[in-house]
Amino acid sequence: MKYIDEYRDPIKVKHLLDEIATTITQPRVLMEICGGQTHSFLHHGLDDMLPQELDLVHGPGCPVCVTPLEQIDRALAIANQPNVIFTSYGDMLRVPGTRENLFAIRARGGNVKVVYSPLEAVDLAANNPDKQVVFFAIGFETTAPPNAMAILQAKQRGLKNFSVLVSHVRVPPAMKALLSSTNNRVQGFLAAGHVCAVMGYHEYIAIAREYRVPIVVTGFEPVDLLRGILAAIRQLESGKAEVENAYERAVTFHGNQLAQETIQSVFMPVDRKWRGIGLIPMSGWGLRPEFEDFDAEARFAVGEIVTQESPLCIAGEILLGLKVPPQCSAYGKQCSPQTPLGAPMVSSEGACSAYYQYHGK
Amino acid sequence: MTNDPDFEGYTCPLPIQPNDTVVLGHGSGGRLSHDLLNQLFLPELGRVAPRTLDDSAIVNLDGQRLALTTDSHVVTPLFFPGGDIGRLAVCGTVNDLAMVGATAISLTSGFIIEEGISFDILQRVVNSMREAAEEAGVFIAAGDTKVVQKGGADQLFINTTGVGLIPVGINISGTNAQKGDVIIISGTIGDHGMTVYLEREDLGFETDLVSDVAPLNHLVREIIASGEIHVLRDPTRGGLATSLVEISKQSNVTIELKEWAIPVKPQVRAACELLGFDPLYVANEGKLVAFVAEKDVNKILETMQKDKNGKDATIIGKVIETGKPQVRMKTAIGGTRLVDMLPGEMLPRIC
Repeated sequence: MKYIDEYRDPIKVKHLLDEIATTITQPRVLMEICGGQTHSFLHHGLDDMLPQELDLVHGPGCPVCVTPLEQIDRALAIANQPNVIFTSYGDMLRVPGTRENLFAIRARGGNVKVVYSPLEAVDLAANNPDKQVVFFAIGFETTAPPNAMAILQAKQRGLKNFSVLVSHVRVPPAMKALLSSTNNRVQGFLAAGHVCAVMGYHEYIAIAREYRVPIVVTGFEPVDLLRGILAAIRQLESGKAEVENAYERAVTFHGNQLAQETIQSVFMPVDRKWRGIGLIPMSGWGLRPEFEDFDAEARFAVGEIVTQESPLCIAGEILLGLKVPPQCSAYGKQCSPQTPLGAPMVSSEGACSAYYQYHGK
Repeated sequence: MTNDPDFEGYTCPLPIQPNDTVVLGHGSGGRLSHDLLNQLFLPELGRVAPRTLDDSAIVNLDGQRLALTTDSHVVTPLFFPGGDIGRLAVCGTVNDLAMVGATAISLTSGFIIEEGISFDILQRVVNSMREAAEEAGVFIAAGDTKVVQKGGADQLFINTTGVGLIPVGINISGTNAQKGDVIIISGTIGDHGMTVYLEREDLGFETDLVSDVAPLNHLVREIIASGEIHVLRDPTRGGLATSLVEISKQSNVTIELKEWAIPVKPQVRAACELLGFDPLYVANEGKLVAFVAEKDVNKILETMQKDKNGKDATIIGKVIETGKPQVRMKTAIGGTRLVDMLPGEMLPRIC
């Protein structure tokens, strides 16, 4: 299949692995930002093929994992109300709130619908004028443009029964938070290729300069991932700290400007809590005041719900790349995809679920 | 901005309380389904029945071995490219009998019908059942209908039960996999599941995919005659991965698969890549996986490839070890990973 097979070519993979092995001269720590990249490493068995000197740690780029517990509790409170059709990307349904998840509400007869595109939720609102349709707008810069587009369309169509529970997060502030942490071990980043396809990579130049870390825009297939690693290692070995694009077929310097304009027209940067990590200043997208009519938090008065998380697993350390899942004492014992203690074990993009699925207990 | 984030001490949520209700994932055929079976049904009902957990149970009767199986069919939409609920109901049960090497004697069929469904729809389903039964060479000996009020069912549910006879000398079971066995799949995987998913979800792209739903009893009869077969399984719900994990546990063996050898149609692969699904977990309704003695593998493979339902049959792996129930995958790029069951419902990726 075009655009897949050539990036899973075993000969190219071997060449790149050899090249990485001959380039690396000392232990190095790289972080892949995106949970999709983590899964790809493990799905293809790449993690065991990389040289010992390379310590690959897994980043916070799993939208489901970082959505804070209280936001999930708010979602559950809305979904539990009569006359509401609660819509969400599917992966979000499994994430436990304090007491239950959206699957359980659906099983009790709650109207919870999985949508593939937020525009489906807008259509649902148009077709069900007597119902309140709420969309759970989560994710990074990848899902922000379609979610913004849904709100724009709802406004254009004059829909009064559509609203969004917004929990969008942004990559660059999270990278800065990681790098400013006194516990930081990360020496270089594989930036998330799809985020950069939307946002470009100009935002990373200041980060690379300020924190002296190489940042390589990286795709998701084995050849893409290895090219990203090789570029980052080469920079580290030669003392450079630059932004480099190893995903040229999808990413340009400025990114998709139309998508960016769409985000900016609906959202603005706000402080955001990250599940397991805490509050990161200006790390989220929130609705601009002119779209406050679409704010589900206000419409359903759930903003008051505040939840304290309990220290039972090490999700925060996993999401910050301080530890890998097998280092957690609950991993594979009390915590499994059927009985998750933390979101990284729940989501199909979570690092813990990737380890569990591809490495076993 | 260089201020340290306001860390909460790397905390994580309280574990979710054990769920007290059945969720859709319990019907996915994956791990939740297994938990339901092992924790609720088998402790009560497993005591009064033989429990090999194969596709059909085997009951001894005056020296004869009867194979007995039952299957309820629920599918939305009722009609999909390549088949419908009627064909599914007949083939599913015929295939479950075939997977223990039984020759089907007859089926029964129970219909739960929601009021409001048109006679035309019902007629088309019943016609399709007759055609599938003729194709398989079985007859439907008894039946039952119940009509429930609007909302009491989703249009039409069909249960089929099958009885078959296992010929003397045949011993096929998920518990029989042995070190050295070669694993054959009878064709491309994921055709049925993706066809129905794309038809149901209306995702705005079209494919020419059709379901593979077909009776496999003739194919099974041919291959049993051509060599030594230890295990047969039709990888329906939960897909190939779930079936192989089940067999590895039943036989206490390590299975090694070759990722590049597993046949997947480009349309299925493309749709799965787009949605974030793995074809290994997508349902099949006209495929079987066979564990065969190495000495007979070529004869069995040739026989399979001569049948219309096995023309794409190919070797996908082997049993490499005894004592460690595990499915390992050699990846196309030269890596290795584990293959596990589907945890619950299969959900599309977010980004």
